[in-house]
Amino acid sequence: MTTSSNGTAFVEFDRVQKSYDGETLVVKDLNLSLPQGEFLTMLGPSGSGKTTCLMMLAGFETATHGDIRLDGKSINNIPPHKRGIGMVFQNYALFPHMTVAENLSFPLEVRGMSKSDREAKVKRALDMVQMGDFGGRRPAQLSGGQQQRIALSRALVFEPELVLMDEPLGALDKQLRETLQFEITNLAHELGITTVYVTHDQTEALTMSDRVAVFDDGRIQQLAPPDKLYEEPENSFVAQFIGENNTLLGTVKEIKDGIALVELDGGEVIDAKPINVSQPGERTRVSIRPERVEYNKDRLSPDAHTLKAEVLEFIYMGDIFRTRLRVAGKDDFVVKTRNAPDQRRLKPGETIEIGWLAQDCRALDA
Amino acid sequence: MSNGSATTGPDQITGATPDNAMRNADRADSGPMLAADGTTLKSSLNRALRRQKLRALMLIAPLLIFVLLTFIAPIADMLFRSVENQIVSDTLPRTVAALKDWDADGETLPEPATFKALYTDIFIAQERKLHTRLGSRLNYELTGVSSLFRKSGRKVEDMGEVYQDQFEDLNGYWKKGENWNALLGTPAWLEAQNAWEEDSGAAQPAFEPRPEIAAVLPQTTATFEIFADFVQNEDKDNLAKKDPWALVYSALYDDLTAGADVAAYAGPGATELQEAAAAVSGFETVDFPTAFEDIDEDWQSLDVWQTLKVYSPNFTSGYFLNSIDMQKTVDGPALRPENQRFYVMLFMRTLFMSLVITGSCILLGYPVGYILANLPAKTANLLMILVLLPFWTSLLVRTSAWKVMLQQQGVINDTLVWLGIVADDSRLALINNQTGTIIAMTHILLPFMILPLYSVMKTIPPSYVRAAKSLGATNWTAFWRVYFPQSVPGIGAGSILVFILSIGYYITPEIVGGRTGVFISNQIAYHISSSLNWGLAAALGAILLAVVLGLYWTYDKIVGIDNVKLGG
Repeated sequence: MTTSSNGTAFVEFDRVQKSYDGETLVVKDLNLSLPQGEFLTMLGPSGSGKTTCLMMLAGFETATHGDIRLDGKSINNIPPHKRGIGMVFQNYALFPHMTVAENLSFPLEVRGMSKSDREAKVKRALDMVQMGDFGGRRPAQLSGGQQQRIALSRALVFEPELVLMDEPLGALDKQLRETLQFEITNLAHELGITTVYVTHDQTEALTMSDRVAVFDDGRIQQLAPPDKLYEEPENSFVAQFIGENNTLLGTVKEIKDGIALVELDGGEVIDAKPINVSQPGERTRVSIRPERVEYNKDRLSPDAHTLKAEVLEFIYMGDIFRTRLRVAGKDDFVVKTRNAPDQRRLKPGETIEIGWLAQDCRALDA
Repeated sequence: MSNGSATTGPDQITGATPDNAMRNADRADSGPMLAADGTTLKSSLNRALRRQKLRALMLIAPLLIFVLLTFIAPIADMLFRSVENQIVSDTLPRTVAALKDWDADGETLPEPATFKALYTDIFIAQERKLHTRLGSRLNYELTGVSSLFRKSGRKVEDMGEVYQDQFEDLNGYWKKGENWNALLGTPAWLEAQNAWEEDSGAAQPAFEPRPEIAAVLPQTTATFEIFADFVQNEDKDNLAKKDPWALVYSALYDDLTAGADVAAYAGPGATELQEAAAAVSGFETVDFPTAFEDIDEDWQSLDVWQTLKVYSPNFTSGYFLNSIDMQKTVDGPALRPENQRFYVMLFMRTLFMSLVITGSCILLGYPVGYILANLPAKTANLLMILVLLPFWTSLLVRTSAWKVMLQQQGVINDTLVWLGIVADDSRLALINNQTGTIIAMTHILLPFMILPLYSVMKTIPPSYVRAAKSLGATNWTAFWRVYFPQSVPGIGAGSILVFILSIGYYITPEIVGGRTGVFISNQIAYHISSSLNWGLAAALGAILLAVVLGLYWTYDKIVGIDNVKLGG
């Protein structure tokens, strides 16, 4: 649980709790603040509380406890339509009985804007998402990607300072999703709006966000920029949830010079960087990314501990090789290597020695 | 419309889709597409689908036959009955023919010959017991005709008996049926008829007129043929033992006074015939117009004869005119006198009250549907049972319950008096008037409004209203601009259901409607079961059907029937 509050907080969750049934907490003690202009993603498995947080921010759910502040003012008692927050829904929620232009004009209309102003703004908003020619169509006449663009421009047309997006790309195919990820981040940065984005797709979270809040079990497990999240997960949930990951269970033997010696359950000893462990005897789950595993002896430091591994499977994936190994009794240990000219291609049945730099291997909570 | 997400029809996509590819291929070669075996693709597709179609047809066949027999056929029959009017020309064929040349606009009564034709027709009709039916039929158009016909039927026999008595007084020969048979029938038939035994079970030999006598006494023979046919086929009596109708004597008198060449005839009964021919000139005669006047003065009234003439065609618009408070006159259709107008008002009342009932169902049902659609499934199901509960209770019980609730000493009035809202001496009249009908029918038809509303609202995702609110709409704007338009198909479906059901409702208005709260259907039921004027009932029903179809068509034009949803 990390709360970084550098600069003035634009959106702030202060010890927020939410329960639907009075028995279990869906959101437990949430503290989060984000500065103006930040693109924050709430990432987590379903049921982790991320959508509930978004709905509380939008005003569709009320916090059972705690304070939500927008620009310094508590908004707990402000109804959704007065919060001025743009929102993009999972199913786009474009009004089916209105044309695209009417959909976009709707937020301006309820704000009492004059007709000519509305038309100008709608046109600009449509052009912004390259949908200028589609104003007269009905949402049902648009493809999924087009609908999403319209939903986005509708959320932006009344120039909110904060935009919430609830898994907006969930229903789209991969290619379209990637294009739109790019468009959304570009738009958000160009317009300087603060964005809270909810997704369960970690790739999306990593590629789009300034910071990612990983949710699980109603809590933020880690709040960090994407690179830090990937490379320096702070607990085993984050390590496993973000990216591919090899884990081994063991006991800390010794911690010296910032390096922990971990004895695996099979008796092998490895080097790891202690993160959630502090003293010998503690159980730990060590985590290492597949691309940080090395089997070329020349590249390992001479005093590094190595493990014996049997090659089970070798998969040629073009840019990389993916090799599955049996290590310390586990046969789901994966190594990824770059397809370089001098890279050796392993053969199934072969026995090799693997090792890594101590700082790439993180000793986390068991 | 599960969640309003990408519902892109293939036709809206302009890129490469299988559909478009097929269309392009179609355009590329203009000839018909051929299947692998060289036949056209269309015919080979048809062949492949024929089995499926046949199977589908067989599956629906039982229902189709059932519907045809119990629904389409009765409706067709009803539509036919509303214009059918053969009874007049069937019962009074000679009179109708004689009236053809009569000027109904004039001030004079028809010729005596017409009265004579009427005598013949009524005589035959009363023998066949058909004159009262015709009387009731014409009584719908002119009050009093029914009793006129009944009276005439009773007394018409007396007219013929004047001649019968004189012939019989002249010679006992004319009294006996067997003499008549021998005079008019062929010997072969006579022999067969005399040999026929009633208990044998064999068919009676049909009467055959002898050509020699038919040439001399054409009217007598023809009348006797009618008599013989009636006795043999309708009365199932032994013709050999029957004496002829008085009508036959009248015909004989007519033949003889018309100068029948009896001298040329030499068959059986020739002497008696010649004797009668010589005597007829001294017979007392019957003046038919006077004779009819003696039966009833109404036969001297132009109205009766005009009605007969106006309703003599086989088909009539009379029932329909009657249904819209008009009547047929000799000068064409005309409005009924003001105090007899009734049906247009009743139609208007039926339409108006059905609209009010539909309106109150919308007002009451919409919030219920909304709540049901937005509650958790468990609670919604429980409440749904409450909505459906009336369906499981007998209609009669529910309506009777309203009688208890609404009467002047009933629960509602008692409560109001107890609360002091209404004074005890001015209790509200809630039943046996339009209020009663509207209250009871709104209650009874409410489920038909709630169910379609519920199923349509169920499909409106909550994210629409949320989206509207997040875009700055107040609760009311979000509802009115976003939620309500999407629930309109449900309102449409519910309204059509409720309106069409209520426009033809019968039981409830009958029980709680009193005199001012009844519908057109109650009048139809009255004509079907009490006044037995089925033609009018059919015409009223046909108009009701046309009104409903017309409204349905209008609705389709304005709202579009595609916009009606019962769910999904």
